[in-house]
Amino acid sequence: MTTVLNLNGARLTALEDAELAARVAQDIPDGAYVNLGIGKPTHVSAYVPEGREVIYHSENGILGVGPTPPEGEEDLELIDASKRYVTAAPGAAYFEHSDSFAMMRGGHIDIAVLGAYQVAETGDLANWATLDEKFPPAVGGAMDLVVGVPRILVMMRHVNHDGTPKLLKRCTYPLTGLGVVSRVYTDLAVLDVTPGGFRVVELTKGNSLEDVQAVTEAKLLT
Amino acid sequence: MDKTVTDLESAVAPIPDGASVMIGGFGSSGIPFGLIDALLAQGATGLTVISNNAGAGETGIAKLLKAGRVAKVICSYPRSPGSIWFEKRYEAGEVALEVVPQGTLAERIRAAGAGLGGFLTPTGYGTLLAEGKETRIIDGRGYVLEAPLPADFALLRADRGDRWGNLSFHATARNFNPVMAMASKHAVAEVRQLSDTPLDPERVVTPGIFVQSVVEYGVRP
Repeated sequence: MTTVLNLNGARLTALEDAELAARVAQDIPDGAYVNLGIGKPTHVSAYVPEGREVIYHSENGILGVGPTPPEGEEDLELIDASKRYVTAAPGAAYFEHSDSFAMMRGGHIDIAVLGAYQVAETGDLANWATLDEKFPPAVGGAMDLVVGVPRILVMMRHVNHDGTPKLLKRCTYPLTGLGVVSRVYTDLAVLDVTPGGFRVVELTKGNSLEDVQAVTEAKLLT
Repeated sequence: MDKTVTDLESAVAPIPDGASVMIGGFGSSGIPFGLIDALLAQGATGLTVISNNAGAGETGIAKLLKAGRVAKVICSYPRSPGSIWFEKRYEAGEVALEVVPQGTLAERIRAAGAGLGGFLTPTGYGTLLAEGKETRIIDGRGYVLEAPLPADFALLRADRGDRWGNLSFHATARNFNPVMAMASKHAVAEVRQLSDTPLDPERVVTPGIFVQSVVEYGVRP
């Protein structure tokens, strides 16, 4: 079920979170080692098509994250990076933190799916700190992931709650990494980061390029 | 050789005011809750706490923050659901914060334990967290020089231990515990079960050389 957004005078069709997660999941290939960032990206695993074996890495020391355990069967010492109770899938392994980040930084993970505050047309990513100094900054593993994982997929709302754009010419928030994003999935469109800027891969059904451009600061290429 | 101590109180007794203390754990997994409670009761203050998170709710590191025992936190992710005590102390300017990317935190700790003078990492290059740090370009890519991060003490949580200080872990409770054991002058491990017999050498994750004392604390939180 999509929803209709009224933004800057335009009516746009927006994917719900579950639909967005399902869309990202289509692009996760069989056999991939994947790190899902905290928050919305964790839902992607539920939608990976049947028949694909994907191995999920969680920074806190597990490769082969399995589904949520049934209620009452949680192991309090088996959690993922979002601090949710998980299970170990067949073929899973546990390891300590410096090994876990060697996997991330060392180029061993194929794909990471992350949330973002802002993405620039250069592929710069801002997802760890805002300009609000009262709010303590929290970086976690995001900076390590973006330098080490060859394919960084961003999954986010196309605009902020107040309608201001998140797809920018240059990020205004502190950067997580420079030129690191490969593709952005939003509720309104899917965009590739190319040397020339954001190229439209697809628009959510019902949206025109003009309407999506109207809520995007960066120039959209086709 | 016998590194076992009989109770949590004796295990944390050597920690003085102003000490730097690494505390294992990620989220609620692998946190030495028993040792933290004992440290609170012991009374040491002005502590520098090095850990991935800064506590949540009214448990673990949050208890030390609530009691005003922490002068500085070095961590990657101070915000957690319910990290109210960190946020209160931070907003009031009562606790200093150094935010370190998580992999850099683990590797700085490992470097200290491995006798290295630091390392070059691409993590954080060109960002706020690299400001003021030495950088190098290697094969066209930017790297940041990061310093080792040692500590006076480490408080660890393990699944099983023996009198030689060997430790094994359960599931994702391993996390920072092994590197913190290496990087501290005095590592104290709280174990779910103290084994009467030596741990199987094939199953030892943290060799006893890195651990100074072991105390049984059967409660798994």
